[in-house]
Amino acid sequence: MPFWIEALVSLFLVLGSLFALVGAIGLYRLPDFYTRLHGPTKATTLGVGGMVIASMLFFAGRPEGPSLHELLITLFLFITAPVSAHMLAKAAMQKKLPLAERTRGKPW
Amino acid sequence: MKALRGLPHPLLSLLLTVIWLMLVNTLSFGHLLLGAFLGWAIPLLCRDFLIEVPRVRRPLQLGLFVLKVFGDILVANLAVAKLVLGPKERLNPAFVEVPVAIEDKFVLAVLTSIISLTPGTVSADLSADRRTLLLHALDAPDPGQLAAEVKRRYEAPLLEIFQCSPT
Repeated sequence: MPFWIEALVSLFLVLGSLFALVGAIGLYRLPDFYTRLHGPTKATTLGVGGMVIASMLFFAGRPEGPSLHELLITLFLFITAPVSAHMLAKAAMQKKLPLAERTRGKPW
Repeated sequence: MKALRGLPHPLLSLLLTVIWLMLVNTLSFGHLLLGAFLGWAIPLLCRDFLIEVPRVRRPLQLGLFVLKVFGDILVANLAVAKLVLGPKERLNPAFVEVPVAIEDKFVLAVLTSIISLTPGTVSADLSADRRTLLLHALDAPDPGQLAAEVKRRYEAPLLEIFQCSPT
């Protein structure tokens, strides 16, 4: 495998992991349930996105030929992530979880 | 596309077949047959749950819109990363009510998914009459502006792309 492909693959891997890390930090740092919900929705989009691109590049440079699994991972994530976030938010409102003090507006 | 007897959703069947071939990652005749069988059987088995997908009126605009959404996801990701790592006191979380004009179930689902996928906003609830969407925003100094932004950036193009009357 040529060096530049390896370099690109590692670049995307590091980028993806960085965003996943930021998502995890958000989960830890943010003040209430609703704001914490934003962390995971983020990690799934760019974090996994970066890793998926890295994986596609890696397998494109191998003799087995290009691999398209990764597009499916993206597709499934984009379909399922919003649904689970929506259900979590609904459940939180049902349980009337406490809000961060600065939150404006009210949940229903 | 016209629905045939025994093949109620030709496009969905085709899509399922392609997904199967991508899943097994090979293009052999056997898997093509198996994929075609699945593409035929799955829509038949769950036809009672499937909702009608409205016709796409502007395919070219749909493509541009998808690109725009990907771009927004990228930009918003960076913005949220900055917020998460910055001081906590700077956050202005807010619940925002957005009136929606979209009536079609499928298009509404697309809109709520886009809102949740773009980091910084999560769609939290939909009123029983499907007229108002409740969002939670991580940082919204001006909730009214956020609502207008969502309507302008995502709702208006969706209404234009799909054939459904704004009421």
